[in-house]
Amino acid sequence: MLKTLMAGTVLSLALAGTAFAQTPKPGGTANAVIQPEPPGLMLAMVQNGPTQMVAGNIYEGLLRYDSALKPLPGLAESWSMSDDGKTYTFKLVRNATWHDGKPFTADDVVFSVELLRQTHARARGNLARVASVTAPDPYTVVFTLSEPFGPFLGIFEVGSLPMVPKHIYAGTDYKTNPANNTPIGTGPYMFKEWKKGSYIRLVKNPNYHVAGKPYLDEIYWHVIPDAAARSVAFETGKVDILPGGSVENFDVQRLSALKGACSTTKGWEFFSPMSWLWLNNRKGPMANKAFRQAVSYALDRDFARDVVWNGLGKPATGPFASTVRYHDPKAAKYSYDPAKAKALLKESGYKGETVRLLPLPYGETWQRWAEAVKQNLEDVGIKVELVATDVAGWNQKTSEWDYDIAFTYLYQYGDPALGVGRNYVSSQIAKGSPFNNVEGYSNPSVDEAFAKGAVAVGDDQRRPIYEAVQKTLVEDAPVAWLLELQFPTITRCKVHDLVTTGIGVNDGFRDAWIDR
Amino acid sequence: MLGFIARRIAKGIVVLLAIVVLNFFLIRLAPGDPALVMAGEAGAGDEAFIAQLREKFALDQPLPSQLGAYLRSMAGLDLGYSVRQQMPVATLIGERLPATLLLTGSAFAISLSLGVLLGSLAARRAGTLADTAITGVALLFYATPLFWVSLMAILLFSVRLDWLPSFGFETVGAGYTGLGRALDIAHHLVLPAMTLGLFFMAVYVRMTRSSMLEVSRLDFVKTARAKGLTEGVIQRRHILRNALLPVVTLAGLQAGTLVGGAVLTETVFAWPGIGRLMYEALLQRDYNLLLGVFVVSSAMVLVFNLVTDVVYRAVDPRIEVA
Repeated sequence: MLKTLMAGTVLSLALAGTAFAQTPKPGGTANAVIQPEPPGLMLAMVQNGPTQMVAGNIYEGLLRYDSALKPLPGLAESWSMSDDGKTYTFKLVRNATWHDGKPFTADDVVFSVELLRQTHARARGNLARVASVTAPDPYTVVFTLSEPFGPFLGIFEVGSLPMVPKHIYAGTDYKTNPANNTPIGTGPYMFKEWKKGSYIRLVKNPNYHVAGKPYLDEIYWHVIPDAAARSVAFETGKVDILPGGSVENFDVQRLSALKGACSTTKGWEFFSPMSWLWLNNRKGPMANKAFRQAVSYALDRDFARDVVWNGLGKPATGPFASTVRYHDPKAAKYSYDPAKAKALLKESGYKGETVRLLPLPYGETWQRWAEAVKQNLEDVGIKVELVATDVAGWNQKTSEWDYDIAFTYLYQYGDPALGVGRNYVSSQIAKGSPFNNVEGYSNPSVDEAFAKGAVAVGDDQRRPIYEAVQKTLVEDAPVAWLLELQFPTITRCKVHDLVTTGIGVNDGFRDAWIDR
Repeated sequence: MLGFIARRIAKGIVVLLAIVVLNFFLIRLAPGDPALVMAGEAGAGDEAFIAQLREKFALDQPLPSQLGAYLRSMAGLDLGYSVRQQMPVATLIGERLPATLLLTGSAFAISLSLGVLLGSLAARRAGTLADTAITGVALLFYATPLFWVSLMAILLFSVRLDWLPSFGFETVGAGYTGLGRALDIAHHLVLPAMTLGLFFMAVYVRMTRSSMLEVSRLDFVKTARAKGLTEGVIQRRHILRNALLPVVTLAGLQAGTLVGGAVLTETVFAWPGIGRLMYEALLQRDYNLLLGVFVVSSAMVLVFNLVTDVVYRAVDPRIEVA
C-alpha cells in the first residue's frame, strides 16, 4: 500500500515535471476581450484602463516588475543608484528598434520624459523630484534627483512611463500628431488595424529585442459591450482571454469552472486596487471621528466579499493594501461589530440626519454592494439615501465634494509614496479632480510622515515611518476601507504564460504562447 | 409636387437648426464634462491635466461662442471633430452607418412583411385559434424585454445549438472576400435582425389585423362579394389595400428611427452600429459626436417623413399633399 502511494506520488511529480518543462510553441492567434473600447492607443496621451491593456503590447517602459514588485529588465538591461539616492544610471538594451525600424536610444528616453511631463498627469507627479535627465552616450541614461525619492525605481512600468519615439513627436503638437492613430513603440506587438466598435488587431514584431519572443503571430482585441455577451463569447470559444474585470463577478466562478478554462488572480500586485468609502470629512456627521469609526464598524466586509463579490477579494484592514510595500497587519482595527458602531454613533451625537450615498456606476456588482452597505448602515441606525449617477455624474459629484459617502477604488502602484499618500495628505485637497484627497482629511502629522517617507532611503528608514502613519490613519478613519479587490484573468488553459509579472495583462503578451 | 418637396426641405432645415441648438444646450445640462470623464478613466488628474483637456475640447470657451463655432462648421457641412476619438465626427458616423442600416433595414423588412402577412392571416381567421395564436405570440415578443429575448436566442442558437454566431459583424480574421464575406455577414445578421424584427412585428400585426377587420365591414366589400369575386381577391385587392394606410404611417415613423440604431440590440450582439456609438458618446460626454449622431438621425427622420407623405399619395390617390 505504502509502495503504491509512493509510486503514485513519484508518478504525479514526474507528470508535473513534464508539464512545467513544456517549451513555448511559436505561432497562433490570441483572441481577447477589451472593455470598454479605448479612446486611443497612444499611451503617453491616454491612460485609461483599456488603453493600458492593449498599448502595453505596443509600448514599453524601462523596467518591468515581478509579483513581489522587484524591478526586472525592460528597455533597460541594468540600473544602479548612487549612495546618496540622488543619481540613477540606466544601461539600455542595444538592439531595440521602433516599429518603423529606427533604433531606440537614450535620446528617446530623455525626450519621452520631457513629453510625459506635459501630457501624463501621474508621470508628472512621479517625476517631480527629477532635476535633470541626460544621455552621456546612446545607451546610457542618467536621472539626477533634487532630493532622494524612495520609490523612484518603481515608476518605470509601461503605463507609468512609456517610451515614445523622438523622431516622430519632436517639434510637433503632441496632442494632434496624426501618428497618435498609428502608434509606434518598441514593444513585442505592432499596431495593425482598428475597426472601431469591432476589434483592434496587433501583429508580431519580428524585430523584437528579446531573442525568440514574442511567440504569437497576432492578437485580436474584441470589443463586446455587453457583459453577458462577453461570457457567451468565452463559453462558445470565440475568445480565449478574459482580462480581469471583463465579466460580471457572478459569472467568474461559472466560467473558471468550464472544461478547459483556467483562471488566476495574479498580475494585479502592482496596481493593488483597493475600494473604500469616501466620507466627506468637511461637513455633517462625517466631520466627527466617532461617527466615521461607527461607519467602519458597521460594515460587514466578509458578507460583501462572499455574497457581492462571489468570494473574490480580501477585507481591507487599513490604508495600505497587503500587497503594497510596508503594509502593517497590526494596524488593523475594524471588524464587523454593530454593537460598537451603535455605541460610537451615540457618542458622536448623531441626530438622524440622512446621508447621501453615491455608488460607483460600474455595473451590477457595485450597485448591489451599495445596497448592502446601505443595509449595514441602516442596521446601526444611520439614515441613508442612495444617489444614482452615471460615470460622468459620479466624477463631477465626487470632484466637487457634492456627496456625503461615496464608493471609490484606487490603484496603489506598489508604493505608499506613489499611490497611497495622494488620498490622505492635505496638499492633495483640490476641487476638480476625483483622484486626490476627495474626503478632505487633513492631519499635519500624516502630511509630515508621507513627506518624510517619500525622501527616506532604504527600507530600514521607510518602514517605521509608514507603520506609524497606518496606525494614525486607522484611528482617524478618514475613509472606511472595504476590500482589496481581485479581478481574475480567465483564459483557455492552452494559453500559457500570459500573466508573468506584477502588472499582469497590462505588461503585454510578450511571454504568452498557445499550445496548439 | 416638386414645389411641395422644396417647401418641405426648407422647413426641414429650419427644424434641423432648432434641433441642433436645443440638443446643444440639453446635453450640456447633464452633470460632468468630457474632460472629467477622461481624467476619471485615467485614474489620475491634477488641475493642470483637466485644464489641458478642457482647452483641448474647447470647453474653456463661453457657451455662446462654442455654439457659434459649431453652427459655423455645420453650415460648411462639417460635423466637427471628436477630440476623444481623435477623428472627424463625419468619419466616425460614416464608418458605423452601413452596419446600422443593414441591421435596422433587415429588421424593418422582417417586421413589416411578417407583420402584414400574419396580421392579414389573423384578420381572415378572426376569432379562431390561429388568430389567438398569432396575436398572442406577436404580443409576447413585444412585451418581453428585447435584451432578454436576445440573450435567450443567443443561449439557444449560439451556445446550445451552435448554429449562429453570438456577437460581431463578421468573423474577425477569417479574411473572407466577395460572396463569402457577404454570407458571413448575413450569418452574423440573423440573430440580431430577427430579435429586433420580431419585437416590432407585433405592432404591424395588430395594426393590419384591426384595420382589415374594420375595412371588411364596409359596403364596398359587400358589393365585391355580391359581384361574386373570390375571397382571395377580396382580401388582397379590396380589404388589404385599403387597410394598409395606417400601416404605412407606422412604417414611416419606424423608418425614421432606422438611423438612430437599436442601442440594446447593437450592445447585446456587439454590432458595430450607430446606436452604440451614440450611447457611448453620451456616457463619455463626447459632445460633438453626440450632436453629430443627433443631426444625422434627425435629418433622416425628416427625409423619411417626406418619403412617407409621397408614398401615401401613391397608395391612396385621394390624399392631397399640401
